[in-house]
Amino acid sequence: MNQPVNRAINRPLKVLYFAWLRDRVGRSEEDVQPPGNVTTVGELMAWLARQSDGHGEAFKDPAIIRCAINQDYAKADAAISAGDEVAFFPPVTGG
Amino acid sequence: MIKVQAEDFDVGAELAALSRGRAEVGAVASFIGLVRDVAGPGELSAMTLEHYPGMTERQLEQLEGEALDRWPLDKVLIIHRYGRLLPGDQIVLCAATSSHREAAFEACAFLMDWLKTKAPFWKLEEVDGKSNWVAARQDDDAAAARWQTDTPKSK
Repeated sequence: MNQPVNRAINRPLKVLYFAWLRDRVGRSEEDVQPPGNVTTVGELMAWLARQSDGHGEAFKDPAIIRCAINQDYAKADAAISAGDEVAFFPPVTGG
Repeated sequence: MIKVQAEDFDVGAELAALSRGRAEVGAVASFIGLVRDVAGPGELSAMTLEHYPGMTERQLEQLEGEALDRWPLDKVLIIHRYGRLLPGDQIVLCAATSSHREAAFEACAFLMDWLKTKAPFWKLEEVDGKSNWVAARQDDDAAAARWQTDTPKSK
C-alpha cells in the first residue's frame, strides 16, 4: 500500500507572476518550498511577501491580488498542494 | 470556438465562416474591441496585452460553454489578441449565432462582460514615453455581476 505523502514538511510549488506583480518581484516564475504551516493561498502570499523587498512590494496589498491554482481562480482560503502551479496577478483588464 | 493569438483577424471572413452552411442561423451578433488613442490626459502610443497562456484559453472555453448553456445558440466565437498593439488595432472579436436576434445579442453582451472580469489579460499602456499598467474598472465588475442574477429570457 502506498504511504500517504507527508505534506507537512515542505511543498514544492511553481509560482507565476503577471503584470505589475512580475515587475515588482523581478521574475515571471520561481520554484518555492514554503514550510509546512503554509497551507493556503493567503498564507503563501504572506510567506512570499517576506522573501525579498520586491516580493514585499508586490504583496503589499494582498486584498487586491487575484490568484489561480492550476489555472482556475482560487480565493485566499483555498488549500495548496505539493506540485501546484500557483499564479498571482492584478485584476484582469482584457477585452 | 476560442482563438488567442498575436495576429490580426479579418472580421468579415470570421463571421462568414461562423454561419456558413448553417441554414437555421438567422442572427449573428458581434462585438469588436479596438485600441483607443486616448489614455487619461495623455496620448497613447501603443498598448501591450499580456496574458496567461493556458489559463486564458481555459477561461474562455468555460465562458463559451456557459453561453451555450444559457442561450439557444448555434455557435460562439471569441478571438482575443495579445502582444503590442497600436491605436485603432483590433483587440477582440466576440460573436454569437442563433436562430433569432435576442439570444445572439444577449449572449454577445454576456461574453464580453464576463471576459472583461475573468479572462487573464492585462493591458500595459505606453503614454508620453512611460509605461503604465491599466487599472481594472469597477463598472466592469458591475456589468459582469448583472448576469449572475438575471435569468436569460430567451431560453
